[in-house]
Amino acid sequence: MARYILRRVLLALPALFGLVILTFVLSRVVPGDAAATLAGDAATPAQIADIRARYGLDRPIMEQAAIHVRQVLTGDFGRSIFSGRPVAEEIIQRLPATLELTFVALFLATVIGIPLGLLAALDHNGPIDHLVRLLSVGGLAIASFWLAIMLQLVFSMDLDVLPLRGRMDVALGQPARVTGSMLIDSLLAGRLDMFVDACRHLVLPAVTLALPGLATIARFTRSGVLETLQKDFVLYARAAGYGRVRLAAIYVLRNAVNVTVTQIGLLFGALISGAVAVEAVFDWPGLGTYAVQAILSADYKALLAVTLVVGVVYAVVNVAVDVVQALIDPRVAEEHR
Amino acid sequence: MTRPILQVEGLAVELRGEAGTAQILDDVTFHVPAGGSLGIVGESGCGKSTLLRAILGILPKGAETPRGSILFEGRDILSDRAASARGRIGFVPQDPYLSLNPVFRAGDQILEIMRRHAPGSRRDHRAKIVELFRAVQLPDPEAALAKYPHQFSGGQRQRLLIAAALACDPSLLVADEPTTALDVTTQREILSLLRGLAADRGLALLFVTHDFGVLASVCDRVTVLYAGRVAEGGPTRTVLDAPQHPYTRMLLACHPDRATDLAGIPGTVPAATAQPSGCRFHPRCPIVRGSCAESPPQTVTEGDRVVACPFHAEPILA
Ligand SMILES: Nc1ncnc2c1ncn2[C@@H]1O[C@H](COP(=O)(O)OP(=O)(O)OP(=O)(O)O)[C@@H](O)[C@H]1O
Ligand SMILES: [Mg+2]
Repeated sequence: MARYILRRVLLALPALFGLVILTFVLSRVVPGDAAATLAGDAATPAQIADIRARYGLDRPIMEQAAIHVRQVLTGDFGRSIFSGRPVAEEIIQRLPATLELTFVALFLATVIGIPLGLLAALDHNGPIDHLVRLLSVGGLAIASFWLAIMLQLVFSMDLDVLPLRGRMDVALGQPARVTGSMLIDSLLAGRLDMFVDACRHLVLPAVTLALPGLATIARFTRSGVLETLQKDFVLYARAAGYGRVRLAAIYVLRNAVNVTVTQIGLLFGALISGAVAVEAVFDWPGLGTYAVQAILSADYKALLAVTLVVGVVYAVVNVAVDVVQALIDPRVAEEHR
Repeated sequence: MTRPILQVEGLAVELRGEAGTAQILDDVTFHVPAGGSLGIVGESGCGKSTLLRAILGILPKGAETPRGSILFEGRDILSDRAASARGRIGFVPQDPYLSLNPVFRAGDQILEIMRRHAPGSRRDHRAKIVELFRAVQLPDPEAALAKYPHQFSGGQRQRLLIAAALACDPSLLVADEPTTALDVTTQREILSLLRGLAADRGLALLFVTHDFGVLASVCDRVTVLYAGRVAEGGPTRTVLDAPQHPYTRMLLACHPDRATDLAGIPGTVPAATAQPSGCRFHPRCPIVRGSCAESPPQTVTEGDRVVACPFHAEPILA
């Protein structure tokens, strides 16, 4: 198992290196003359030349690439053109908020989606099945910014049971920053009131973000379970006298979820991009809002850094998916030996 | 005579499907004496597996209302689900490669059966499984508990499934062609293992096969099915040596080991949705009479033999 994990990690590295190179190419291609962009519209040719020298843009391209790689590896993304602050610092500030939101959303989508898919499959063509099918079409069809606003209108404005925006009530202050996750930090600080408030703030954005993922997960689980139910070992288990509930919820499900787990890994990418809209509506101080701001102000350094960070997170999630699959199905790790 | 452990009376199974209602089993009657062994033979599609599914209480969707009765140890397990004999009837499936759940350890899959149907703690159950693994001659029984199905060979998997069938101390072992998926040498080993275990533990055996050689080596009695009905039944030796029903006679004649001619039986087994009237064998029967198409044949009982053909004494002219 340890060897399998190591292999998966090593396999992820070339992809990440490719991403670093890609960001370099993009950074040289997209802005046209990077120095001119940096210097601004009113710059004189002398100023542009000065900037070109200062940023090393006058050196041979291979050397520039080497410098770029070294900078990225040391976590040096340069300074934001917009705020003038180091990009790495800003990202560290914002990344935890996005991770917290996406992980909670993914968690919700998984713990609700898998049982729903299972129930739908067991009730093949019955009422539950139809309901779940409706839900999964709806979940994929509804635009998340619209859903976000609707949820705000109902639960924050009309019913006034959940907060409208932000991560924590201003009156409560904030827990001492350790991980940047409000849930974890408030627990570490021993502040249960803050923890509850953080949860309340998470509900609407996480639900909004989770819905399309939930639909996908339920759909894949449903078809996986339906397929597994046809297998000989299910008939054998029934003949041997397995209990109905345990047979479905443990023995069938574990065979059926591997496809779902793959989907969960892929979903993670969709969730992070979905977070852009959700963060904007709920005023969530995460990477999504940061990226939008960076796009609007043509802050390409910030954008490249965001791309890289999301790429790394994505790679980590996919290694995790591979590991989970090997845990679910012992044959997976052996096949890849 | 001891009371039979399993007594099937007038069993009829119909399967409602899109293509109409299929009569898969009709008026099937036979019994398995306690500690005895009965073989069920018949061509593919004649309803052997369905018969076992009825006994094990796992008939497919659309066949939920069978008629007749299945008495196991004196109680009707067909009509009274509460009297279900799970655990008391051990089941050995046909395909050892597909019948085990690939993502669970061998030990855990057997523990799951015992959890519901065997008394005692999990620790007792583990000890019992190791003991059974030893009895079925699985190498390294302790380690086998923690292995996954793909880490065993086909023959070992069948041993594992036999151990699973014995886990809850059954009094009847039901096996659906348990050796067809295995090579000849392994087949022989598994058969002698089954015979030995049944003898040692006083188990009754209900054994589905289409192989007369296997039948002769395992079962004292045999029931021949044709298109969902019993054609003939009796002690294996007498039926094999002197078959009476024209179907059995022809079937034995085209069996390669004892072939007198290899012509086979003309025609095919009728579809379950379109059973012929009267005797279901009449369209293929060499000694057919006009009356055969009219009503199901009377079953003739002679000593310990039954035959569903009143004209069975007629010679078959080639
Ligand atoms: N789940 C099912 N759905 C529809 N038809 C079925 C089902 N199970 C069995 N049948 C039909 O019932 C009839 C008997 O099938 P069964 O599997 O009992 O035959 P068998 O004697 O076991 O054959 P084989 O020797 O090939 O295993 C066949 O005509 C088959 O098509
Ligand atoms: Mg069969």
